[in-house]
Amino acid sequence: MPTEVLMPALSPTMEEGTLAKWLVKEGDSVASGDILAEIETDKATMEFEAVEEGTVGRILVEAGTEGVKVNTPIAVMLDEGESADDIDSAARAPADEPGPSGGGEKAPAEAKTAGDSGADAGQAKAEAEGGPGADPGQVTSKASPDWPEGTEMRQQTVREALRDAMAEEMRADPNVFVMGEEVAEYQGAYKVTQGLLDEFGAKRVIDTPITEHGFAGIGVGAAFGGLRPIVEFMTFNFAMQAIDQIINSAAKTLYMSGGQMGAPMVFRGPNGAAARVAAQHSQDYAAWYAHIPGLKVVQPYSASDAKGLLKTAIRDPNPVVFLENEILYGRSFDVPVLEDFTIPFGKARIWREGSDVTIVSWGIGMTYALEAADRLAEDGVEAEVIDLRTLRPIDYDTVLASVMKTNRCVTVEEGFPVASLSNHLSAVIMERAFDYLDAPVINCTGKDVPMPYAANLEKLALTTTDEVLEAVRKVTYR
Amino acid sequence: MATRKSAAGAKPNVSADALKSYYRDMLLIRRFEEKAGQLYGMGLIGGFCHLYIGQEAVVVGLEAAAEEGDKRITTYRDHGHMLACGMNPDGVMAELTGREGGYSKGKGGSMHMFSKEKHFYGGHGIVGANVPLGAGLAFADKYLGNDRVTFTYFGDGAANQGQVYETFNMAALWHLPVIFVIENNQYAMGTAQKRSTSTPDLYTRGEAFGIPGEVVDGMDVLAVKAAGDKAVAHCRSGKGPYILEIKTYRYRGHSMSDPAKYRTREEVQKMREEKDAIERVRQMLLDEDHASEDDLKAIDKEIKEIVNQSAEFAKESPEPAVEELYSDIYAEDLPQGEAIETSDETEDA
Repeated sequence: MPTEVLMPALSPTMEEGTLAKWLVKEGDSVASGDILAEIETDKATMEFEAVEEGTVGRILVEAGTEGVKVNTPIAVMLDEGESADDIDSAARAPADEPGPSGGGEKAPAEAKTAGDSGADAGQAKAEAEGGPGADPGQVTSKASPDWPEGTEMRQQTVREALRDAMAEEMRADPNVFVMGEEVAEYQGAYKVTQGLLDEFGAKRVIDTPITEHGFAGIGVGAAFGGLRPIVEFMTFNFAMQAIDQIINSAAKTLYMSGGQMGAPMVFRGPNGAAARVAAQHSQDYAAWYAHIPGLKVVQPYSASDAKGLLKTAIRDPNPVVFLENEILYGRSFDVPVLEDFTIPFGKARIWREGSDVTIVSWGIGMTYALEAADRLAEDGVEAEVIDLRTLRPIDYDTVLASVMKTNRCVTVEEGFPVASLSNHLSAVIMERAFDYLDAPVINCTGKDVPMPYAANLEKLALTTTDEVLEAVRKVTYR
Repeated sequence: MATRKSAAGAKPNVSADALKSYYRDMLLIRRFEEKAGQLYGMGLIGGFCHLYIGQEAVVVGLEAAAEEGDKRITTYRDHGHMLACGMNPDGVMAELTGREGGYSKGKGGSMHMFSKEKHFYGGHGIVGANVPLGAGLAFADKYLGNDRVTFTYFGDGAANQGQVYETFNMAALWHLPVIFVIENNQYAMGTAQKRSTSTPDLYTRGEAFGIPGEVVDGMDVLAVKAAGDKAVAHCRSGKGPYILEIKTYRYRGHSMSDPAKYRTREEVQKMREEKDAIERVRQMLLDEDHASEDDLKAIDKEIKEIVNQSAEFAKESPEPAVEELYSDIYAEDLPQGEAIETSDETEDA
């Protein structure tokens, strides 16, 4: 019986890809291990191999097709003695029904859409499509515009925005360079540095050995020596190996030297849970770094913030910890088409105005916050949604002004609950706006457990839109 | 690549003036440290205070091999390095007493002093952590295309830290102009080298990375200078890093609160009597008629005055203003006049 070849999931977060090129044609015999096609994911172009021998019976998806969903049949293989005629008689799985029937990895898309929360399914769909309308990223802040009205906008992924920010700053200042694992020839483990090696050369785009502690220290020393390093950690999980250099060397030297020297540099990379990569690769370090005087800490949500804040980070004369998110990398947002667009630190963004409750979040937590706000609006509850964007310094005033207006606050963050930034915000609100509160502040955080691998448990370990909705109901006594 | 022991016995060609200046510089460190010990005893210096007494020939010999613009970075036993590179004893002593006139305005203390002017990059308190920082300084020099060399000092204890080897690898891979100076004073705090280190020859520790190394008698300032010259020439010519293991000895405890149970009084006494680097140069000056007893007395007197003056300064300098608590946490200015006005306009629009 003819066997379908399905679009493979080539990374933990891949939901679709481009079928860049076929290396076989119909009628070719292939052996196990032969390369069938080149597939471009959001991270890299990868070769796709045959798992068993056979003949290519039919190619179902033409080369150059973009947006091919994981698990879509892309070709049909024939066994010995079969012919193309057998294909038509065989039942073909519909392309839009993902499932493990054809073998291969279970796609994360499936894990997400299979969830019992309709909202989550909708979110996954919006992510996969990346299109306008479906994406909460389309909500535009009215209260706090970061660009003049009427500015031309274009859709860009967070990944592209980060790359553009680095490229622009590297063009402007020859002392800016980027170092890290796989940033150069591999074009970035998550493709964030794609193209930088070609434009700036190996002197300024430097592949390091896998040695976080050492290269973070070399980066700090280079900053002492007058350069403006961008140190990429493949993920912030690995930066724990280097945290002494980030805190003791980078953050404290300006103070210890009485203002004589410091470390103007950026430590950046993906932070927080990706998808199904378990405990050691899924942690949000926002609260850890935000704890440290001498560091500035940024955790952007949208592409425009990613770009504007990274450019500010590179120019800042202090060490900046820039926490990105793998799941957000592929999401598209409107980014202003401006020659030199930056966003200042310490300024929150009000994504939507409302009078009933304040929801404060940042980074990927914003997906839950905005989704909850949409659903609350359907019930007639108007939430004000604030994206902190920078976690040190924090724009307390915007939060407090909002709480004084709504008298209720829910915080949303992905990190662990104990000693979280949410706890800190609650304390500040209590101290400075106690008389305005009509209910205790509720913190929606990740659960107090190491991240489990199992799909259902992972979902439970993260905070959810439903939890945000529940918290809002509590503080509004509904 | 070669790892070797330096040739012993070769009579170095050194001028009377150079020899006298080594004597003077080493004596300054010793007298300064003795005074610091005294002030610590009086409660004027607090916290950790690690004295350099006994190791003077290491920094003085290597500073004699350095050129203007070369950089240096070290750990927390750092007073000697600062004095040897020309930092003002008043500022160093006032930092020890935590006063406004100190190099870090009293906010760094014994372990954290810096001088941009003298290219002294600290003063770091975490064992081994200054080693990648030193390589990073060398990385910057290479990137900027100048021919500077960075002296990165650390001890036999730090030589067992993992990040030191991560740094060796990258320094060799990228041909960074850095001299790794291992000041082997035989004890990592209170642990003798043979009890902490699987192979005793630290100068061979770069072999696996292709870094040449050399062991040097650190009680002989001329041997240190000669080895320094060689290492500097190697680095400056673009051949990458170099390791100097300098065998030295600290006469005082690890810090001021060292119970000294891990070695005998006799061992320390023997080193002082037989190996002392300052006494050795003093004898050399006299033997070769480069200086008379009176000349040396004049130097001793001059040093004593400098040190006493620094102690007076350190006592009289006021404590930092309370506003200093909240200053220097963040740098305000954007270097190179980099403008983000565009964005500000955007914000206001």
